[in-house]
Amino acid sequence: MDYTPHTEDDIRQMLDAIGVDSVDDLFAPIPQNLRLGRRLQLGDPKSESEVFDQLHSLAALNRATDRLTCFAGGGAYDHYIPAAVRACAGRSEFMTSYTPYQPELSQGVLGAVFDFQSMICELTGMEIAGSGLYDGAAAMNEAVHLASAATGRKKVVVSRAINPNYRQVLDSLGDSLNYEFVTASAQAGVTDFGDVSGAAAVIVGQPNFFGCLEDVRAAADLAHEAGALLIVHFDPLSVGLLESPGALGADVVIGEGQCLGNDLNFGGPYLGIFATRLEHARRMPGRIVGATVDVHGKPGYVLTLQTREQHIRRAKATSNVCTDQTLMAVTASVYLSWLGPKGLRELISRCVRLTHLAADLAAELPGCRVRFDAPFFREFVLEVPGSAPEALLALAANGYLAGPSLEAFPGMENCLLVAATERRTVAQVEQMIKSLGQVIAA
Amino acid sequence: MSQNPSPALEELSIYDLSIPGRRASTTPALEAGLPSADDVLPAWALREESPHLPEVSELDMVRHYTNLSRKNWSIEVGAYPLGSCTMKYNPKIHEQTAALTGFSRLHPWQPAEHAQGALALIYEMEQLLVEITGMARATFQPAAGAAGELTGLLVMRAYHESQGSPRDTVLIPDSAHGTNPATVRLAGYKVEQIPTDSRGLVDIDTVRNAMSENVAGLMLTNPNTLGLFEQEIEEIAKAVHSKGGLLYYDGANLNAIVGIIRPGDMGFDVVHINMHKTFTTPHGGGGPGSGPVAVSSRLEPFLPTPIPGFDQATGKYFWEEDRPYSIGRVHGFYGNFGMVVRAYTYLISLGADGLHNLSERAVLNANYLRSRLEGTYQTAHPGLCMHEFVLTAKKFRREYGVRAMDIAKRLIDKGFHPPTVYFPLVVEEALMIEPTETESKQTLDALADAFLEIAAEAVDNPDLLHDAPVRSPVGRLDEARAVRQLQTRWRPAETAG
Repeated sequence: MDYTPHTEDDIRQMLDAIGVDSVDDLFAPIPQNLRLGRRLQLGDPKSESEVFDQLHSLAALNRATDRLTCFAGGGAYDHYIPAAVRACAGRSEFMTSYTPYQPELSQGVLGAVFDFQSMICELTGMEIAGSGLYDGAAAMNEAVHLASAATGRKKVVVSRAINPNYRQVLDSLGDSLNYEFVTASAQAGVTDFGDVSGAAAVIVGQPNFFGCLEDVRAAADLAHEAGALLIVHFDPLSVGLLESPGALGADVVIGEGQCLGNDLNFGGPYLGIFATRLEHARRMPGRIVGATVDVHGKPGYVLTLQTREQHIRRAKATSNVCTDQTLMAVTASVYLSWLGPKGLRELISRCVRLTHLAADLAAELPGCRVRFDAPFFREFVLEVPGSAPEALLALAANGYLAGPSLEAFPGMENCLLVAATERRTVAQVEQMIKSLGQVIAA
Repeated sequence: MSQNPSPALEELSIYDLSIPGRRASTTPALEAGLPSADDVLPAWALREESPHLPEVSELDMVRHYTNLSRKNWSIEVGAYPLGSCTMKYNPKIHEQTAALTGFSRLHPWQPAEHAQGALALIYEMEQLLVEITGMARATFQPAAGAAGELTGLLVMRAYHESQGSPRDTVLIPDSAHGTNPATVRLAGYKVEQIPTDSRGLVDIDTVRNAMSENVAGLMLTNPNTLGLFEQEIEEIAKAVHSKGGLLYYDGANLNAIVGIIRPGDMGFDVVHINMHKTFTTPHGGGGPGSGPVAVSSRLEPFLPTPIPGFDQATGKYFWEEDRPYSIGRVHGFYGNFGMVVRAYTYLISLGADGLHNLSERAVLNANYLRSRLEGTYQTAHPGLCMHEFVLTAKKFRREYGVRAMDIAKRLIDKGFHPPTVYFPLVVEEALMIEPTETESKQTLDALADAFLEIAAEAVDNPDLLHDAPVRSPVGRLDEARAVRQLQTRWRPAETAG
């Protein structure tokens, strides 16, 4: 199966029209001595049923959250994705379209992304949002670029309590630009910033990677006194209950939008959220949808502020991003419309309450404790006796997925994250904790 | 800057449908025994009211997004001949395999023990890409082509540093995609532009003169964005390598050569692949993509961490984390895994024979369409093309006051998506056309007929072109106004002004 429609007769007619004898003649510009000269070693073509069965077998080798009851967190969450969200965002008109460079034929994607930007402004408390980046890590990296450009500085103070993978991405991508990343400790579960003088930016999570609530307003004051920007990595569902980072003084708000109707997908495709204040609009990365009118005065949408972007500005662009995660932004727009303000508050309240129930019960297990006294939100750090990775594997053998384990953080080899989403029940929480007790006792 | 009031956006935004008190969502009923959120969270962190999101019924919502989608062109609506974008059919089976819950509900923090199927797929996909590109190893972390470019350049940088020879410049042809120079800057290098010669190719002597011990390498798209194969590639590779430089392959146009010639055999050291182009993962209105990077064996130590491994003894796949020369991690997790599942589905469906057909028929379609338009339209460069070709409308502009954009917009009225316009920058009034292999001769004929009708209209009644499109949901939009009167979020009408 190769999806090409050509008959032998088509090919003959087309070659005649071109004025060549064979398809091979069309490749004349390619030097013979460099050509492969054989078929690729890729196996024979397969029928659709064979392909499906092969992929089905591979998928069945995974023990995913369809087979394990999920209490895992760490920036990716097992929320329910409503059927209506899948149906709307899965429409092929959204899925199989290109970037909206021809706006007259792209009002659907542009309109959905405009609404996404509007909703993200509401959630972040910011004035302008972009159409989305690869993931939360990419958004954090781009926020560093913005802050460095805005301040002319290279030093960035990063809370220890952010996703350790994100920090690795910052290090990998920042090295060639001579950024100096300074780690602010988080011994008590919340960040102790220390000296931030000379920094382009201060980066903090709200809630942070340990699930704990930071004093964002104090972080903003500290950053602003030093002439730095405050970058807050937020959980987009958290603001059903928590004050928005923008209201607390953040300059750039970034986040991971997987929780807004997107599948877990083993880490991608996800959605990097990026929003800021208008004064930084021209330093933003990636695509932004704006409203305008057509020649008849009829309202419509276009990509705007494009002179920031690589296809216009080339080496002077604010970012190299081109293809982003538009379909995930469309999905988030549909999901947030489905939730509405009341649904958002109910949903995140349920997550918080189930998570705190889990923490209360886990703290009663022998040798276990909630690691930090600081208030936590929708996940918490649980200290277990012995190795956390081993405890997680044993728990999974009983049908429960928690984690991740936190051995990436020195001194936290016996710690793991526990998160409950709205899909969990009180009974599941109780059973998981009981199972954890058996694992620890064994 | 300030946000401007809406130009009467009624019914355009879902916010315009919002009625307080309406909702679509349902939440499980609360059980007994749960602590209350107010009791467990500190008052100082809390807000009074939930953020302002639309309040709509499920039917309102479904209708809104359905109607929005109907204002959108897509590959399933009609032909989409955007040059350098490879808008081919996205097979339906890919959506079904990617949606298998063993993949779609796999949590990224799950240990390798839980993800043996996913690791096997990534591992096998790497073998396929290595065979297709003629490289040694690959990473799937880059989420799109531009992320692949940055990963590839950082790998090159790490290699040069390991050789004790840090360099400061990367060569790029002036016909390159904008992501190339933007990425070069982010990798900490300077850009030196190589002019395209009269043949539309990179001139070997220019490359020889530009190469020095300070040049990290040359980024090349082959075939290039003019749809022409860089025939002197072997000499270009020698010129770059002789000064210790590396050759980077931008895979944007890989669709022309799969199974015919491999980047590795041309002398390239690094390759990125746009899986949303050549391997037909749906483009999603602008993403997600997937931009894996494959490298030759001497660059393998520098690939991002982790990469998958296979233990023969236990028969288990694992993540190899301990890679001392690695540039580190470039994605929050493992890249756009869901797109890798789709591309893998595609490659095992097609097999070697299908992949061979793919490029042959992509090139056949492009040349057929070119042969039908040549004579009426002027090609930027005469002769055979690869998978795409570039027309110039400079004659139309001079003689009839009709620009490339006018031709493109009139094509909308004829029932087609326009080609890429004003790119590559080295061609005046460029129209860049890539039909892909999944379009039939009948569709190509209809597209050619439309182009020819438009050429006649340009002579007889150019205003038909200037006023186009008239059959789309909106007419030509005022992009200057969108910048001047910036409005990037919904505002209620009553606060306008």
